[in-house]
Amino acid sequence: MLRQRTHVTSRCGRVMDRRRSSEPRRQDRVTVDNNNMGLLSDPNRRRALLGLLTRLNAPICVVCYMAGVAWFMGLAFEPFTLRTYMSENAMGSTMVEERFPAGERALATGREFAAHKKKTGGMPVDWLVRTMQARGLEVFTQSFSRTLPFPDENKERYMVKGTNVYGILRAPRAPRTEALVLSAPCNPGDENNQAVGLLLGLAQYFRNQIFLAKDVIFLVNEHDLIGMQAWLEGYHHTNTTGMDWSPLQGRGGSIQAALSLELSSDIITSLDLVLEGLNGQLPNLDLANLFYAFCQKIGVLCTIQGKLQRNDWDSVSGYSHAVQTMMLMVMKQASGRPWGDHGLFLRYHIEAATIKGINSFRQYKTDATTIGRLLEGMYRKLNNLLERLHQSYFFYLMPSLSHFVSIGYYMPAFGLLAVILLLRALDLWVQLMTPPPRTEDGVIDIEQSSPGVLSVLTPLVISHLTGVALYMLPVRFQEMAVEHFPVSETEAVVLTAIAVYTAGLALPHNTHRLLAGEGTEQGWRVLKLVAVLYLAVLLGCTALINFSLGFILALTLVPVAAFVTPHVPKVLSAFILVILSPACTLLFSVFFFQELQEMPVSFQDGWVLYLSVISQGILDHVLYGSLVYPLIALLVYPCWLLFWNILFWK
Amino acid sequence: MLAGVCFGDEPCLLIPSRKTTIKHANVLIFFLFSQENAGQFFSSGHTNNWAVLVCTSRFWFNYRHVANTLSVYRSVKRLGIPDSHIVLMLADDMACNHRNPKPATVFSHKNMELNVYGDDVEVDYRGYEVTVENFLRVLTGRLPPSTPRAPSVINEQIHCWILPLHSYTVVSYIKCHGGNGFLKFQDSEEISNVELADAFEQMWQKRRYNELLFIIDTCQGASMYERFYSPNLMALASSQVGEDSLSHQPDLAIGVHLMDRYTFYLLEFLEDIHPASKTNMNDLFKVCPKSHCVSTPGHRTDLFLRDPGSVLVTDFFGSVRKVELTMETINLTGHIKQWEESAADGEPRKETYSYSDQLPVSEIIHQKPKQKDWHPPDGFILGLWTLILLVFFKTYGIKHLKHIF
Repeated sequence: MLRQRTHVTSRCGRVMDRRRSSEPRRQDRVTVDNNNMGLLSDPNRRRALLGLLTRLNAPICVVCYMAGVAWFMGLAFEPFTLRTYMSENAMGSTMVEERFPAGERALATGREFAAHKKKTGGMPVDWLVRTMQARGLEVFTQSFSRTLPFPDENKERYMVKGTNVYGILRAPRAPRTEALVLSAPCNPGDENNQAVGLLLGLAQYFRNQIFLAKDVIFLVNEHDLIGMQAWLEGYHHTNTTGMDWSPLQGRGGSIQAALSLELSSDIITSLDLVLEGLNGQLPNLDLANLFYAFCQKIGVLCTIQGKLQRNDWDSVSGYSHAVQTMMLMVMKQASGRPWGDHGLFLRYHIEAATIKGINSFRQYKTDATTIGRLLEGMYRKLNNLLERLHQSYFFYLMPSLSHFVSIGYYMPAFGLLAVILLLRALDLWVQLMTPPPRTEDGVIDIEQSSPGVLSVLTPLVISHLTGVALYMLPVRFQEMAVEHFPVSETEAVVLTAIAVYTAGLALPHNTHRLLAGEGTEQGWRVLKLVAVLYLAVLLGCTALINFSLGFILALTLVPVAAFVTPHVPKVLSAFILVILSPACTLLFSVFFFQELQEMPVSFQDGWVLYLSVISQGILDHVLYGSLVYPLIALLVYPCWLLFWNILFWK
Repeated sequence: MLAGVCFGDEPCLLIPSRKTTIKHANVLIFFLFSQENAGQFFSSGHTNNWAVLVCTSRFWFNYRHVANTLSVYRSVKRLGIPDSHIVLMLADDMACNHRNPKPATVFSHKNMELNVYGDDVEVDYRGYEVTVENFLRVLTGRLPPSTPRAPSVINEQIHCWILPLHSYTVVSYIKCHGGNGFLKFQDSEEISNVELADAFEQMWQKRRYNELLFIIDTCQGASMYERFYSPNLMALASSQVGEDSLSHQPDLAIGVHLMDRYTFYLLEFLEDIHPASKTNMNDLFKVCPKSHCVSTPGHRTDLFLRDPGSVLVTDFFGSVRKVELTMETINLTGHIKQWEESAADGEPRKETYSYSDQLPVSEIIHQKPKQKDWHPPDGFILGLWTLILLVFFKTYGIKHLKHIF
């Protein structure tokens, strides 16, 4: 039976149609002994199945799309989510005694730090070195410098020079093979002084404890992420972004976990946990669990995405609250930028998170001693780790701090969208395979209708060249743009990007006609088949690495890929296509994100924000190696151009 | 022989020092005799108890397993078993762990009330030496000649504690890694209940024990003794199959749980026992009711010949060396000389080294084979379904399927 099956399959593969006219007898025999064949190898049954799929293609696609969106929205519904729980045995419960007493003294140190910062007009390196040494740490400094490709207008910096100061507290009785990091950025102005004070207070406290089995590195980094990047590269002897930094003089063991502290007021009302790192990477869920468990134990209000968890999941407002929290996480993750100083640790497989102190108008206040105790508890549990955190999930979404959605639950939402692409591809394949209206000589007919390779290859190459231009030109030609137009460098970069993007719309369509003559029916079908499969692979790979980005792109690009043909009404379709293009998706995302954060902006402000988001995206790529900008410019945008091309096929 | 009667286990100290390659059979027979002779003088013959205490888990968060084992070590030592008769296997050194805020201590009670890591803990196998192989070698007496101390001389009465394994039971939702029918050693290997039962049978056949008490504190502990088939075995476990064995005594300063529930209550029970206590095995079975333990402790006595109610706890946990004072002068030198002579020439001793009465296993165990539920043979149902499907397709053909679409 098996032999028969392979025999038949090889013969009734894709040459079946051509053979039908020339070899009627053999065809008959195949049909006869097909009674026991598999579903797809029997041409009759395959035809029935294909007929079904082609006839119902559009409804199935619509249903899949709706189901995908519904599934995604259902993820935030609490009965469908799982409660977070600690998976790592070594950390176990929150069963430790937190005895950190010196919150007030830490705040005083913070004020002293602020005074010295004001006096030196930057990072008080000498004072920090002295203070850390007085607390019994091994203190080292690292200087770094970096010139940005164009000025960063958000943070007002261009040529960056700075110094990181870090002190290593050696584990008293253990081999120095592993380390934990506690970092606090030294921000300009009055920000984050309390964090540095608390860091120094904890250093002093930990110095007197003998239970530490890992080195603890206390790091004060200047220029937030740039300083962090320099320090991490120095620590790991890598240089991925061409930054200048002096090598580190002292190192601890391999870093197991890191926390970054942001604290700008003496008392806080809640602590916010930031997880999203570079390229949408997340730390192991156990780190979030640990934070949540200690907040519960010590009685500190804790939030994620600035939102508290609510208990009324069955009410509409409760559900929409969970949806908002989850959507904020999705948007932040999709942006691919590090949302706190911890973001760059994740690249080195170090589990890290940022803890932000928030002081709002609540009655319930928490003082620095309590935060210190919370950090002490977390570090004591992290100190118990025997291996890197790996027991819990790395891919998850959090509708609240106490609930999570794992990859197994959210992936079907994307899968339902991706199935549409495959169904459309199958439909196109069938259309391409069915013989066109029967003429006398079938063979010649097929020869005529099969499109040349060039007619498909030309649009592919041209749209990718446009993508390369979008990737290269904005940064390369900023000087030229500044000379010719009255704009700043940053504006020049962003506007060049938008210009290239728009020019791409005009450029590539119908280019195939230059080489291959008149476009045929078969021609656009082949092109669309290629484009649809390309998009499916592209989105599939993106969603595996960064689900949020993949899902948002799929949400907008899949309808485009599904409906576009040369025969739909041109103007309306072109409008829809532009609305659903990556750039417009980004624009809507900016407004949507502001809406979610309950900080809605006017269109004018939104547009300014949009421009700054583009410049930040390019900067993130150049400075830290974020991959979202190249992904969009080099792959997603060309893919979208292919569909644009199909719409204007002649 | 008489020296054996008068001075308890002293002969066992003499023999290995004089003749290190002595066969175990000889030693065992000797002791068997001594027990029988002792029976004429004392009501209880348990003068020569041995304890094998094993902790198979590593890592700081398994602190409580080491504390469990050390606390039992403390109890049996207090009740009279000397270090020479205790084989202590500890897979990790909690006292010197870097994370221990109180170095050189292992506490078994909250608030640091009881330090079970005293000044005189003799660990026979530690760290990576605690392996399944070493454990089985200790039990069966097949130790390589290089073994430094002589835990090789094992005697009529072993009570074997296999103390906790990887029962990750910090909080109730965490599952156990010591599973149904096996026991983890050090995260890298495990021993199955069948292997363990065979080891005990081997001990029995080699006459390495007279009566044996087996206690295990782990998740699904009852699965470890269900395959035992050797006679004179009594077994206890902290939990039934499908149950977790839970921890007790959380200590915030040390930052871990200090004990497991079952061992905690067992230790409380043993603390009240003194060498002359009359508590029997039935009391031991009741140490940890389900309300205390959360899991259901189990025990097995069907292999044991005597009525557990008549067996004193001290029969196993204690080692009472009876001393009778006499005013008469006994000339010991004569005896020793005689023994030395007989050991030296070897020939005339041979008759005495014979198995006195071997207990036939089949007569001791009046166990019926378990009545099993009848199951169709493997693959039968699968085959049946295949047949049904084949008949169906042969009759109707697959082409009718297209009507479904």
